[in-house]
Amino acid sequence: MPLGVFIFLAALAVTSALGTVLQRNPVHCLLALVVTLLAIAVMFIGLGAVTVGFLQVIVYAGAIMVLFLFVIWLLNLQAELRTSPGYLALKALAGLLCAALVAELFTLLWHAPTAGGAQAAAPPGYGSIEKIATMLFSDYLISFEVTSVLLLAAIVGAMALARRAPAPQHASPQAAAADGPARPEGA
Amino acid sequence: MQSWIDSLIAAGDFGKNPPRDLVYALFIFGLSAVVFLGVAFPFAGIVSWVERRVWARIQSRVGPNRVGPNGSLQWLADGLKHVFKEDIIPDEADARLFKLAPYVVVLGFVLPWAVMPFSSALILADLNVGILYFTAITALTVVGVLMAGWASDNKWSLIGGIRSAAQIVSYEIPAGMSIFPVVLITGTLSMQGIIRAQAWEPYHWFLFSNPFCFVAAIVLYMSALAEGNRTPFDLPEAESELVAGFATEYSGMRYLLFFFAEWGNMFIAGALITTLYLGGWQAPRLSSSPVVMNVLELLSFNVKVLFLVFTSMWVRATLPRVRIDQMMSLCWKFFVPVAFINLIGTALWVAIWPGGNPVAGYVMFALGLAIAVLFIRRVMYYLKRSRMEMYLHPTI
Amino acid sequence: MVPMSYFVGLSAVLFAIGVAGVLLRRNIIVIFMSIEIMLNAVNLAFVALGRRLGSMDGQVMVFFVMTVAAAEAAVGLAIIIAVFRNRETVNADQLNLMRW
Repeated sequence: MPLGVFIFLAALAVTSALGTVLQRNPVHCLLALVVTLLAIAVMFIGLGAVTVGFLQVIVYAGAIMVLFLFVIWLLNLQAELRTSPGYLALKALAGLLCAALVAELFTLLWHAPTAGGAQAAAPPGYGSIEKIATMLFSDYLISFEVTSVLLLAAIVGAMALARRAPAPQHASPQAAAADGPARPEGA
Repeated sequence: MQSWIDSLIAAGDFGKNPPRDLVYALFIFGLSAVVFLGVAFPFAGIVSWVERRVWARIQSRVGPNRVGPNGSLQWLADGLKHVFKEDIIPDEADARLFKLAPYVVVLGFVLPWAVMPFSSALILADLNVGILYFTAITALTVVGVLMAGWASDNKWSLIGGIRSAAQIVSYEIPAGMSIFPVVLITGTLSMQGIIRAQAWEPYHWFLFSNPFCFVAAIVLYMSALAEGNRTPFDLPEAESELVAGFATEYSGMRYLLFFFAEWGNMFIAGALITTLYLGGWQAPRLSSSPVVMNVLELLSFNVKVLFLVFTSMWVRATLPRVRIDQMMSLCWKFFVPVAFINLIGTALWVAIWPGGNPVAGYVMFALGLAIAVLFIRRVMYYLKRSRMEMYLHPTI
Repeated sequence: MVPMSYFVGLSAVLFAIGVAGVLLRRNIIVIFMSIEIMLNAVNLAFVALGRRLGSMDGQVMVFFVMTVAAAEAAVGLAIIIAVFRNRETVNADQLNLMRW
């Protein structure tokens, strides 16, 4: 990947990640997040991880983003109001801690033996779907199967959590009336 | 391509020691511009006219016939009209997203052309993950549609956007599952690789290679209709309920871009099915000259794709729109299980006959031919009967 | 050619931005998005270092991280919906019932 392309993608990823964190409307945050993820996907492809890069586009832009958006719309979230000034000190502290984290990570990076230097030449077929499939179904077989169980559990869990509670079977009409009509559905 | 540019650089056509990356970029941008302005956009335009004429013929009307011979320049007139219209942005709309959304949708329409296998030589980039690229890029369309629906700040737009997203995300699963049988057989994701694994004779197409593939091709075709928002699945822009769905608030050029993408996507979906199941550009070897062969292959590819595009118009003119819950249950309760059965069945088939079963191709082709003949006879019968009724009751 | 340390540095910056999002924002959904940024920052480091070493294990890890992210998004958003039904808010500061 040429340096210019990297700088462009990195700037795009960082600005849109900042956009995700700093914008007040959740939909804008989400769209900024998608730009970050797409920039990272393009970097994956530039690094030779072609399959993973395209999977990233399919999984994030195609599925997770739509899921987030549906939830935002379902809850009818509007732009947040500004927080009260009492939080300002906390926010400043959080910003400081993040800056410290960046400094720490960069120090680590500076001293890490593997991070710098020239990269190894990619072997033929690097990042291809055959190689990944072979690894998934040999070295990582158990993790792969566990992941499938995890996904199944996630499906069942999401269904169980998001489902509306079933209406009480034996509630008498008097009790329902005493409950008052003002309660929102499902509360 | 690259060697040709290299030879041009060596010949000094770009001055002494030109920046190589820049020259490549120049060629890539130039070529993309030629492909999009010269092929993709006129195609989308012409298809809009053809579609209106085909509907008109099916519904016993005349259709657009004023501009140019048989109305064949109607698309140009419509395009010009849209370009010169005012570009209205509603006050309450989120202006930035509202302006950006059509371009995101068009991005999902222009990017697949990069891996479109027109012939053995005519392909911009034969990626070894071509099919994955195709799927990933079409997933991007959802973002644009949702942006358009939300940014318009209009209930119809929002409902259209939600419907479209739900539809595209749901039907991506059976569509993806219907792509995998072919990948299982060929063991490659490259468009050219898949086409080279087939031959020009219909009984060597993957459509007829085993019964599961035949069903998978049909599931893929219907999922492609749903993903492209085509009738009977055009709920996102159901005009009787939602005005124009996510495009309600749009006007002028931006409105046009949405419909460019829709018509262009018909070609893209057709090209995907042709590549996977209908033998792609494979043509009989009538000549040894590569130029003649490439022209033949181009012809073969386009005839198949245009036939699929025509059937989608035909379906659109024939079938009524389904309800949203019917569409969703069709996908989740029917297409997804069927697609999984196809996948497992093909896997078993490949495990039993690793090189493919040669007899199956002929048997399946004969069956397919028989079904086609029966269908045509049925249609002829109804046509005759309807003519007779027209004769008996001249008022209908 | 871009040195791998640039990629890892970018990954560090993105990770810190994600952490900042979790610390600064009060909207649970945005906190969730920040977690996605952090996961992706780690993915980038995996791929970059895998490329540096000429090994593909990093990519397989990315594959698993993506699966976990998808599962996490599905369950997490379901939890958010359930919480919203009970408390009518997604503001993390107002969900203080269990706080001492």
